[in-house]
Amino acid sequence: MSAVDTWVSAFHARSAQQPGAALPWLADLRRQAIYRFADEGWPTRRHPRWQHTSLAFMDQQDFAANAVAPDAAAALARLRGDDAGHWLVFVGGRFNAELSDIGALPAGVQLTSLADALDQHPEAVQAAFGSATDGDSPAALNLALATDGAWLRLPRGVALEAPVHLVFITNATDASQHLRNLIVAEANSEATIVEHYLGEGEATTLTTAATRLQVDADARITHLKLQQEAEPAIHLASINATQARGAHFASHSLSFGARLARNDIHTRFDGEGCDTLLNGLYHLDGRRHVDHHTSINHAQPRGNSREFYRGLLDGNSRGVFTGRIIVAKDAQRSDAMQRCDNLLLSRAAEADARPELEIYADDVKCAHGATVGQMDEDSLFYLQTRGLDDAHARRLLTYAFAAEALDRIALLPLRKQARAALMARLPGGELLEELL
Amino acid sequence: MLDIKNLKASVEGKDILKGLDLQVKAGEVHAIMGPNGSGKSTLSQVLAGRDTFQVDGGSVTWDGQDLLAMPIEERARAGLFLAFQYPVEIPGVSNAYFLKAAVNAIRKHRGLPEFDAMDFLTRVKAEMKAVGMKEEFLYRAVNEGFSGGEKKRNEVLQMALLEPRLAILDETDSGLDIDALKVVADGVNRLRSPDRALIVITHYQRLLDYIVPDHVHVLSQGRIVRSGGRELALELEEKGYGWIGDAGEIHAAPPAAGGAQ
Ligand SMILES: Nc1ncnc2c1ncn2[C@@H]1O[C@H](COP(=O)(O)OP(=O)(O)OP(=O)(O)O)[C@@H](O)[C@H]1O
Ligand SMILES: [Mg+2]
Repeated sequence: MSAVDTWVSAFHARSAQQPGAALPWLADLRRQAIYRFADEGWPTRRHPRWQHTSLAFMDQQDFAANAVAPDAAAALARLRGDDAGHWLVFVGGRFNAELSDIGALPAGVQLTSLADALDQHPEAVQAAFGSATDGDSPAALNLALATDGAWLRLPRGVALEAPVHLVFITNATDASQHLRNLIVAEANSEATIVEHYLGEGEATTLTTAATRLQVDADARITHLKLQQEAEPAIHLASINATQARGAHFASHSLSFGARLARNDIHTRFDGEGCDTLLNGLYHLDGRRHVDHHTSINHAQPRGNSREFYRGLLDGNSRGVFTGRIIVAKDAQRSDAMQRCDNLLLSRAAEADARPELEIYADDVKCAHGATVGQMDEDSLFYLQTRGLDDAHARRLLTYAFAAEALDRIALLPLRKQARAALMARLPGGELLEELL
Repeated sequence: MLDIKNLKASVEGKDILKGLDLQVKAGEVHAIMGPNGSGKSTLSQVLAGRDTFQVDGGSVTWDGQDLLAMPIEERARAGLFLAFQYPVEIPGVSNAYFLKAAVNAIRKHRGLPEFDAMDFLTRVKAEMKAVGMKEEFLYRAVNEGFSGGEKKRNEVLQMALLEPRLAILDETDSGLDIDALKVVADGVNRLRSPDRALIVITHYQRLLDYIVPDHVHVLSQGRIVRSGGRELALELEEKGYGWIGDAGEIHAAPPAAGGAQ
């Protein structure tokens, strides 16, 4: 039995227990999605969007649950500290009400698990759910198998002061978890959503995740994803946003864990004067591989996009970045800027950075640039002449390279959390602790 | 304290230092002058341990130890300080962190307790006041976007904090206005003591009005071609470097590309 069939049978075995299984539209959608996945299989290098990341190995890959589950409560406590905020915790792909603390919400805000939302407002969920043709085959697998995730709906004009934290932790029973998060931000609303992916252990687990964001006119949404899965994990995720007139969307993708991580991040300007920031940082070592495939679709005029990705690549790792920018024929006065900078920390590490520009309008500002380089010898020397040893100096410069990405995270507590996550990964990060 | 004998250094096969001798004793101030490209910065970088320059011969002894065998940071910890002609910008690292890490690396080596955040701030703020730097420079990235003069003040600040036994100032006065020049000179003079020494590399006699040297050397084509007292600096200011050539000493050096203009 090939691995694709394994997933198809898993689907049939589980489909009756899926949340919303009784909803015909959803059952239909899931069936279409699993058929699509069965038909297309895992993407290989022949696929134009997967040229640097083949998932052909997935056919042979066995997944297993970790023998011992991470202590979810302890992990949460470490992460949360004394933050009041809104915290939704998912263990093994299912909402855990005990660990969660949704907190007080302004009137009209819906913040629940997706399973609850399917019970309470199935029509609204249906409108936001997405279709089986979205994305590539892993996204279809996610749609078919997703057991839970978060549902957030912000009514017109409402701002959530504190960030919404979604914490996803692996458990000791499931070899895979499939999460779907739906966010509907009505006109003029504002919120920050943070996704944390945590895992521990030696087993190869699979996470698929899809987050869909509808950002209505003049709404302001910041999305931050902090991926810290266990070393052997496979993580396949997509983030899809649509922006209406004047909407602001910021995405920060910090990829620190997993053996293979793929993030498809897309946004589309469906109205004039949209604004987007795509910020990314990845740190890799060993034989790890991370691929960010991003696209910004300036479908309407006067949109502004800023995209910055930074990679720290050690060992035999490989970092891939693709930045697609589409400016439609009528999207005049669009302004797009893209940069991808990689710091190679070893000779064997590899970085690919590929801009893909499709500009059909003529009154457009578009700039892009990519660099792949080693540590700056002048800086290293300067630090050493001040008494810092080679290792400390290298760590400091590595951190400094990453700091530019962290500094784009506007909310200070989140920036600190991201910093702490990076420090935990950098060898000797404790030496730099006072930077926090 | 420092004894340089017949030092030869090259970069990418190009000879730059061609047999340089210099002795610096505790308590002394030496000024090194010389035309552009004569090797002044090369000398200072070789002493600090820059490995882009290959040492082809000679020796440098520091307190009886082989300086050239010491790792860069060991030289710094042993009390050697170089104020860079072109200080390096390090985006992403705050000046405060940088200064504290440097001070503590050196304190640790000297067997002194490391400064905690409060002690350090008290100390650094006092020194910043002395060199005329606003506190905001603590929270900016190291040298990033600093003006030429601000970078030089930051070098002097580092020197004051690290309390070196031998400080080499590579054109720390270049690009400074008169007030800044006095600040730099004051910083240096405050540090002067019988057990410390200074090498001041400069193009201008002006600095030497404030930091009075015991010895002045002329470096040309990779060698010290003339040494004298402070009056030598005045003479150079007046006559330029050409007259030294007339004295025949430069011609004694093997012909090389460039040379004294
Ligand atoms: N990394 C390098 N690669 C090639 N040549 C170099 C390098 N560094 C220095 N040089 C050359 O070595 C010679 C001496 O340079 P150095 O910087 O020591 O001069 P200097 O006396 O400090 O000059 P200035 O007064 O202009 O500062 C110059 O000809 C310079 O071009
Ligand atoms: Mg020089």
